[in-house]
Amino acid sequence: MTLKERLGRLGRTEAANGYLLVSPTALYALLLLAVPLATILAFSFWTQNYLDIDTTLTLKNYQEAFGEPLYRQLMLRSLMISGAVTLATVLTAFPIAYFVSFHVPQSRKSLWIFLITIPFWTSYLIRVFLWKVILGYNGVLNATLQGAGLIDEPLTFILYNANAVVITLAHAFAPFAILPIFVALEKIDRSLLEASQDLGENRLTTFLRVTLPLAMPGVVAAVLIVFIPTIGDYVTPRLVGGPNGLMIANMIQTQFLKLNNAPLGAALAVIAMLLVGAISLIFVGLNRRFLRGPK
Amino acid sequence: MRGGWLRIYALSYLVFLYAPIALLPIFAFNDGTVIAFPLRGFTLQWFSELTQIPALHTAVANSLMIAVITALVSTLLGICAARAAARYDFPGKRGIMGFIMLPLVLPEIIVAVSLLVVLLQIGIRLSAVTVILGHVLICTPFCIAILNSSFQNLDKSLEEAAFDLGETRLSTFRLITLPLVMPGIISSLLIAFTISLDEFIIAFFLTGNEPTLPVYLWGQLRFPQKIPVVMALGTLLVALSVLLLTLAEYFRRRGIARTGGKDTGGFL
Repeated sequence: MTLKERLGRLGRTEAANGYLLVSPTALYALLLLAVPLATILAFSFWTQNYLDIDTTLTLKNYQEAFGEPLYRQLMLRSLMISGAVTLATVLTAFPIAYFVSFHVPQSRKSLWIFLITIPFWTSYLIRVFLWKVILGYNGVLNATLQGAGLIDEPLTFILYNANAVVITLAHAFAPFAILPIFVALEKIDRSLLEASQDLGENRLTTFLRVTLPLAMPGVVAAVLIVFIPTIGDYVTPRLVGGPNGLMIANMIQTQFLKLNNAPLGAALAVIAMLLVGAISLIFVGLNRRFLRGPK
Repeated sequence: MRGGWLRIYALSYLVFLYAPIALLPIFAFNDGTVIAFPLRGFTLQWFSELTQIPALHTAVANSLMIAVITALVSTLLGICAARAAARYDFPGKRGIMGFIMLPLVLPEIIVAVSLLVVLLQIGIRLSAVTVILGHVLICTPFCIAILNSSFQNLDKSLEEAAFDLGETRLSTFRLITLPLVMPGIISSLLIAFTISLDEFIIAFFLTGNEPTLPVYLWGQLRFPQKIPVVMALGTLLVALSVLLLTLAEYFRRRGIARTGGKDTGGFL
């Protein structure tokens, strides 16, 4: 069999094969993701009067989104809550990832990772609702603390405010933070740590100067994968946030489904994504020196 | 002592992770309409009430249908993409794959509203089909993540050997590739099914007047007297999810063992 025949049998070139095979999935994403995202962008420059869409380009929606104090306040609060959730989630997740990677025997690691991911796959609505049960005035936490005699009055600062949103979201996104950090820690060549200690660093300085910088790509991934989606959550703020814990996604939902003002909702969504995107890019930029180097 | 404090921390973190779902059965079997301590007594009343709500049964049937179709379609799309990424090199591969994986990080409300706007503009009526369209979009990246490891662990020379021995491309795929990645495929089907069954945000926007199970649940959460029944339903849901996930994990590990790869731990 000549080379030419073989190539013919293999069918076209490697690149053509690749494109052919990836095309159904790529086409699906193009039609149901790229086109809708572009439409949202277009909508944000249009206006709506009840059911009629006026496609004259205008910045009216953006003026309203930036001008109205309510929207500014919601946007700012959403960014603060998302930031707090990210900080809390990543800081509490790091020791877990570190523990599983460095202190759990190789054979037990997948069991631990499995245990960590199970709660994440169970009904999100139910989990959020149960946090309401746990944190409530007569809730599990207050009942336990009162029963133990640690507090006299039920704690009220833990439900129907931003704290409750942070706790609930930190719970929901925990595996998203643990997994990337765990993968990064697993990649670290253990002999580097020995070398560092042989050269006179103690355990703490080895951690700070060797382990942490090498784990940073995982930390950066964890930050992004927690920070970006949390801005779009409206279930948690609605159920446990109370009036002062509502976020921009609640407003987007209201604009689309209740007020029939899709263009303003679209503008708010675009602004939220741009802000989150910009903050993420700045964050990645700040960590550039950790992200370079061999893959 | 090594890892002593860390171990305590890790165990208490697991308590934090499992607290909500551990409380679920406690309240589901509690003989009281108020969801709070102290508990009243044991009852199966809430579970028996589940069998008497026709609206719930419709929602369950609807959700199961959506989840099955979503699992099949997104796994099929996942196989195409994961196979293309593992087997072929082509210009722009990273960009294309990155775009396909985008729903993994995109806030779900963005996916939901943008799909809603487009569907309404084209004039497609909201129904189970529109929910499936949205669910396939968000499930495919998860399927790809699982299938990637299956296809990447696959030894290329096995396929080349079959090819050299006269098998066609199709029969090579059927006889060699498919059996080796089958556990990954089953795992991907189960995960996509679980995600679709539990997904609320997209379903809430795209469901018409045939609610899925989570959308039905959301409606019930407003009525305090219905909460114990919701708890019973939640208990069954969580039990089902845990069962499916354990199966998925079993098949994932078997797949890794079959292709001779190293277990990197967990999905994603």
